[in-house]
Amino acid sequence: MNTASVSLGASVSSQSRFMQLALAALLGIFVMGFVGFSHIDAVHNAAHDYRHSMAFPCH
Amino acid sequence: MTLFRNVVFIAAIAGLVAGVVLACLQAYATVPLILKAEVYEQAGGGHQHEHAAAPAANATDTNAMSSAAPAPAEAAAPPAEDEGWAPADGFERFAFNVVANIVTGIGFALILVAVSEFAGGIGNWRQGVFWGLAGFAVFTLAPGLGLPPELPAMPAADLTQRQIWWTATAVATAAGLGLLAFRKSLPLAILAVALIVAPHVVGAPQPDSFETPIPEGLHHQFVVAVTLTNLVFWLVLGAVVGVVRGRFTGTATSLRGSFA
Repeated sequence: MNTASVSLGASVSSQSRFMQLALAALLGIFVMGFVGFSHIDAVHNAAHDYRHSMAFPCH
Repeated sequence: MTLFRNVVFIAAIAGLVAGVVLACLQAYATVPLILKAEVYEQAGGGHQHEHAAAPAANATDTNAMSSAAPAPAEAAAPPAEDEGWAPADGFERFAFNVVANIVTGIGFALILVAVSEFAGGIGNWRQGVFWGLAGFAVFTLAPGLGLPPELPAMPAADLTQRQIWWTATAVATAAGLGLLAFRKSLPLAILAVALIVAPHVVGAPQPDSFETPIPEGLHHQFVVAVTLTNLVFWLVLGAVVGVVRGRFTGTATSLRGSFA
């Protein structure tokens, strides 16, 4: 792919690196999904204007 | 877990900055249009847009409006009569919007930083701008083609189906862009184009009727406002990730050339 000479946390093994990055991405997806996609009424109402403004499916 | 901690740290700063910027833009560009649409909604349909009570109210109402409500999914939701808690109009509503922007800003930043680390990382603000453009294409442009930003009181298909299409489109577009950018083979490039096009061939879930009390001009204004505010959000997010990560690793320029 490409050869990045410097990366964040350069000392970690490649498997651990993969796991940590995947974990971070999953956390991001979870946060985004909860605020933007949750069917819970209170969450929907709190983030209502945001959902419309981000073109998330709403209502 | 140093890498995880670093990713979260960078994402938190970038998400905070980009989220605050987006909240300010929304306060001027999109929220006033939403409030305007709510006036039409209350005048036209006579139901609250906080939607839980809408199917019941519309069942006896005009056919045009009842088809606008995604009835089955919402009728099945447990608190069918109660609209639940909602922030009070004014400052409280604005404050919750800011919080939602920051929280999801950090969420988007986590995804952006984690994915870009797989590809070598965002080395400076200019690379960040291009990663931001990719994020804009994946999360705003592609889903927005099939499901344009909608105002309250606009007709729409079943919520869950739209959410599935939205998510699938974002994933397919991300995979397609990734293949185009990081694989140097023609067959894979063709596959990438197919992945990007496929969701739109399948087509987004559409409502039964497009009748709405919202004026066409207001909706068009809203689509433009949403698209542009999101563009700025993603460019800021990518650029800030690049700057913070550069400070972090102390190699603001050495990754130049690893992308584009």
